[in-house]
Amino acid sequence: MAQVIDRETVRRLIEQGAQIVDVLPAEEYGEDHLPGAINLPLRKIETEASRALDHTRPIVVYCADSA
Amino acid sequence: MYDYQAGIQDWLGAGLPTEGINAQHPRLADVARRDVPTCSLDERLGDVRDRVAVAGWDTCVVVSPELVVLGLLRAKELNADSDLLVEQAMRPGPSTYRPSVSVMEMRRIMADRDLDSSPVTTSDGRLVGLVRRQDIA
Repeated sequence: MAQVIDRETVRRLIEQGAQIVDVLPAEEYGEDHLPGAINLPLRKIETEASRALDHTRPIVVYCADSA
Repeated sequence: MYDYQAGIQDWLGAGLPTEGINAQHPRLADVARRDVPTCSLDERLGDVRDRVAVAGWDTCVVVSPELVVLGLLRAKELNADSDLLVEQAMRPGPSTYRPSVSVMEMRRIMADRDLDSSPVTTSDGRLVGLVRRQDIA
């Protein structure tokens, strides 16, 4: 179960080298994403996550908002 | 695994930098004047007017202790009776805009609504700065 975190914690984790994952569709990712974020759209996350992510480092996932 | 549940809208609303196509166009976060004078509801208007003038401004944003925008004092309000409290003189509840709004869109908004300036705030109403028409013309 993922731990819900706030903006300041995200900033701290980015500084510490966490992997930032944007799960929005590629077009939205292209318009705006957090610095250093990679794009793993939700529909691809199950097949691509093991290839794309280093599970020894913290992973932060985000979407558009909490809606 | 961490979930940044508030998402990129929260990040943009705080005026934090992003990457991508939109990041190449200036936003209010880039042009808002963060040195705009601020004051609290219970201050004496005359004292605020003097302080604002010394700082070289003609506008003051009224904020709570948590920096939530409560009102605005423009020239007309600042020139009211000196012994009034800020709360009595201010223009309450001004329209505010998010740091993520593009400068291009803000130019259009300011022209349509004949605004000289507007506070820029985070999604929870905290002051980021003041955008002035003269700075984005």
